[in-house]
Amino acid sequence: MSTMTTAPAPQLRQSLTNGRLPKWAPVAVTVLSIALGCGIGAAAGLKSHLQWGLISALLFVAVSYAVAAKVEGRRQAKDRFATSLVWVAFILAVVPLAALTFYTVQQGIAAINGNFLTHSMKGVVASTTPDGGIYHAIIGTLQQVLLATLIAAPIGLLTAVYLVEYGRGRLAKAVTFFVDVMTGIPSVVAGLFILSLWNIVLGFGYSGFSGSLALAILMMPVVVRSTEEMLKLVPNELREASYALGVPKWKTILRIVLPTAVGGITTGVMLAVARITGETAPVMMLVFGSDVINNDPFNNPQQSLPLYIWQQYSMVNNDFGYQRAWGAALVLIAFVMALNLVARGIARWRSPKSGH
Amino acid sequence: MTSSPPATSEGRVRRRRGDSRLGDAVFFNLSRGSGILLLAVMAAIAGFLAYRSGIALSKNQGNFLTTFEWTPDAAHPKFGIAVLAFGTLVSALIAMIIAVPVAVGIALFISHYAPRRIAQPFAYLVDLLAAVPSIVYGLWGVLFLVPHMDGLTRWMDQYLGWTYIFDQSKSGVPPRTLFTVGVLLAIMVLPIITAVTREVFRQVPRMHEEAALALGATRWEMVRTAVLPFGRPGIISASMLGLGRALGETIAVATVLSTNSVLSLHLLDPGGGTFAQNIALKFNEAQPFGRDALMASGLVLFVITLVVNGVARLIIARRKEYSGANA
Repeated sequence: MSTMTTAPAPQLRQSLTNGRLPKWAPVAVTVLSIALGCGIGAAAGLKSHLQWGLISALLFVAVSYAVAAKVEGRRQAKDRFATSLVWVAFILAVVPLAALTFYTVQQGIAAINGNFLTHSMKGVVASTTPDGGIYHAIIGTLQQVLLATLIAAPIGLLTAVYLVEYGRGRLAKAVTFFVDVMTGIPSVVAGLFILSLWNIVLGFGYSGFSGSLALAILMMPVVVRSTEEMLKLVPNELREASYALGVPKWKTILRIVLPTAVGGITTGVMLAVARITGETAPVMMLVFGSDVINNDPFNNPQQSLPLYIWQQYSMVNNDFGYQRAWGAALVLIAFVMALNLVARGIARWRSPKSGH
Repeated sequence: MTSSPPATSEGRVRRRRGDSRLGDAVFFNLSRGSGILLLAVMAAIAGFLAYRSGIALSKNQGNFLTTFEWTPDAAHPKFGIAVLAFGTLVSALIAMIIAVPVAVGIALFISHYAPRRIAQPFAYLVDLLAAVPSIVYGLWGVLFLVPHMDGLTRWMDQYLGWTYIFDQSKSGVPPRTLFTVGVLLAIMVLPIITAVTREVFRQVPRMHEEAALALGATRWEMVRTAVLPFGRPGIISASMLGLGRALGETIAVATVLSTNSVLSLHLLDPGGGTFAQNIALKFNEAQPFGRDALMASGLVLFVITLVVNGVARLIIARRKEYSGANA
């Protein structure tokens, strides 16, 4: 009797360790498939290293499935297969980001110097010299984005206040839904709308301001969404305490609710600014572009960074133009990324406390 | 306070209450007004585009839906959206086919697979990918991605040419094709799909996952039985949000695609066009009537994105209530 009960024990211990791949197996498979991928890529004479990587990734998935199926059985093999696919997805996301950043920095850094940042394209024959700069484009972008923010931020903020503090009934529901839908409006459609209203019906010409109007349309829903989320996080106890002291609702909102959420709201606005800074299509249709510095956003065409990149690429369309385009692209990306990082930093630093 | 006569105190109270009522009324109307303004802007966009396209369509000598050419400023204005609609849908479809599985994989990676130390920074990184301006994607696409797609394009032509759609009728040209545009769009919509999917995966009730694991499921079986069914509406709506982006993307497509007004099923041949790209490229040299024609195509794009985004939001909204009940 006693021998019968003890007999299965060693077998069980064995099966716990036997049917499993060792811990170092995934690493080994990775190394093996990368080596094989590079080998095959080199042997087949494939020029692009991205293709080597793709082959390695496919090999990685296949080999880890095969090995696991051999040693661990079908269920475990499927698990390993899924895990390796998820890791490949991760790598696939990293590759374009790394390639894009690396390539932009590599190409852009060569174009950027003091002259490039402080001069316009006035009097420069763009297609035959590397001269000229982006000063006028930086001025234009800053002015247009500032004007758009001045229009969109208050409207967006007030709308969010309405939705969170007052919103009941059908109107609030409609606003919520259409704000959501509005975030998906293609920028080119916003540009078309401002063009038909502002430039064709009302008869204004190309100017930085009409570009700002289109940018404001794109910016408003983003501000509303993020502000709404932040206002919802403000604990209700704060509002109730304020009401209990006899403070009217509007003062409660201005003095209690908004200051509590100010960090998150700032983040939201900055992210929205970052988003519209890179918009090209509406600027192209409404601001038109110019080679000289125009400090007046309300009259005459201006330049902007995205538009400058587009014009250097499509109109100059040679190495001089490409180089200037990459320089402007690097400045633009650096600006947008800096906005993003600062915005997220603020969000961390001043996130609404949950009241405990 | 007690020494002051009751009449003045009452008067002060009444005045203050009057102030607060006025303040409340002003503030309420201001905030409601901005909400209404947003609705008005949406309505105005639809109204103006519809009005201008009405003008354009009444003088169009071609069929708006089936004509290939886009020559609204010719003596006999003729324009149609056949090529544009085809190009828009096909490039967005390719983008979806590539981006959705990868995005779901990334979301799973962040929410369930990655070591905690990697997951958070990586989520940030993916969000940053969303911040890259589309013109930079376009520039990178045409100067970096297009040369790198050359090998893949030739390989697909060689081995998948029998499918007809991957057959290259003329080799040796730079692959500024609908297929390359699709790949670029996939990279561009990846972050938004990932972000939404990730949030839904995070909301999966912990109990469901642990129950699956306790029954002896492997991690993949847990994901398949607990996470994916819960997240399916989220995945669908996230994909539709991404689809909306891909359909409306303008400048990146305009940079990468070499356009012509030929509707070709050979996806690896340069050519074709999309709504947004066509508007951006034709706009500055168009005559007033040509602009109206472009607005007609803009209206079509507007309606399509409106429907796609609206459906996505409706699915998400339903989901919210459901997950709220579940929490």
